[in-house]
Amino acid sequence: MALTNEQLERYSRHIILKEIGVRGQKKLLESKVLIIGAGGLGAPAALYLAAAGVGTIGIVDADVVDLSNLQRQVIHTTNDIGKKKAESAAETMRAINPDITVNTYYKFVNSENISELIKDYDFIIDGTDNFPAKFLINDACVMAKKPFSHAGIIRFKGQLTTVIPGEGPCYRCIFKDPPPKDAVPTCKQAGVIGAMGGVIGSLQAMEAIKYLTGTGDLLVGYLLTYDALKMEFHKVKLPPRGKGCAVCSDTPSITKLIDYEQAVCELKH
Amino acid sequence: MKITVAGEKKEYAEGLTVSKLIEFENVETPQYVTVSVNEEFVERASFDSFALKEGDEVEFLYFMGGGR
Repeated sequence: MALTNEQLERYSRHIILKEIGVRGQKKLLESKVLIIGAGGLGAPAALYLAAAGVGTIGIVDADVVDLSNLQRQVIHTTNDIGKKKAESAAETMRAINPDITVNTYYKFVNSENISELIKDYDFIIDGTDNFPAKFLINDACVMAKKPFSHAGIIRFKGQLTTVIPGEGPCYRCIFKDPPPKDAVPTCKQAGVIGAMGGVIGSLQAMEAIKYLTGTGDLLVGYLLTYDALKMEFHKVKLPPRGKGCAVCSDTPSITKLIDYEQAVCELKH
Repeated sequence: MKITVAGEKKEYAEGLTVSKLIEFENVETPQYVTVSVNEEFVERASFDSFALKEGDEVEFLYFMGGGR
């Protein structure tokens, strides 16, 4: 399928990049990315992936837009308060780029629905705000061999890694189990600087675009951390995959998805 | 001895264990931190006995649960 004149114009700044070109842009248009959580991380990721022309983007979120979200969740506006986040996000994405298809899922991921949700997508972005969801996404993606971007933000700090099951370490290689509820503060309890979602969520979009177009080096095997107060990025090299990992080793002890207690972050916030 | 902690060169006395380093570095939520030395994870059970040596590269990896 050849690009239309309008597409050549819309994506001209991509096409002129030798690493992307018409070939890479076509790949993006044929790609499917699922964003779980339309909040601080998911909002910038969704905006950039929509603008980039990722052909199909799914947004999973059961929550509605709240006034306290608008300090960082830049895909929603004041007029969207009370609207479903996935719907509000989809409207903004379609307004930016009518060229793409946006699928909305008004639900929270759990062990029952996640495998079906990720099944048709090429790359998953974890934009959730709690450990049960982050471990669930990791385990489901490892089991289904789906590449994904993991990220977390708190206060003035953020971090992310890219997991390609079978190639590099997974989230559970670093952290064996979720911390007990309320042992590690959430953004609601501890706060988060709004632009942090912009920095880390945009990096997640960057990893997705690089993966989909086969460009450059991914954060597979690395955890990239960012400290805004010190204005420092630090790239931590991780040990190789699966050495004793409960889910991604060659002899995993976890073979079924687990719903950990969902009290680490309250559902409504 | 000189060791590298989170990318920064530091001077510490010989015989320093991972547990002591966690204390000296004021690591946040120390009971949940993941530690790697020279790109190998250190089991939590051996934090007290794991002695660091000259030139070791230590990283602390923290839980970050926020995102929405």
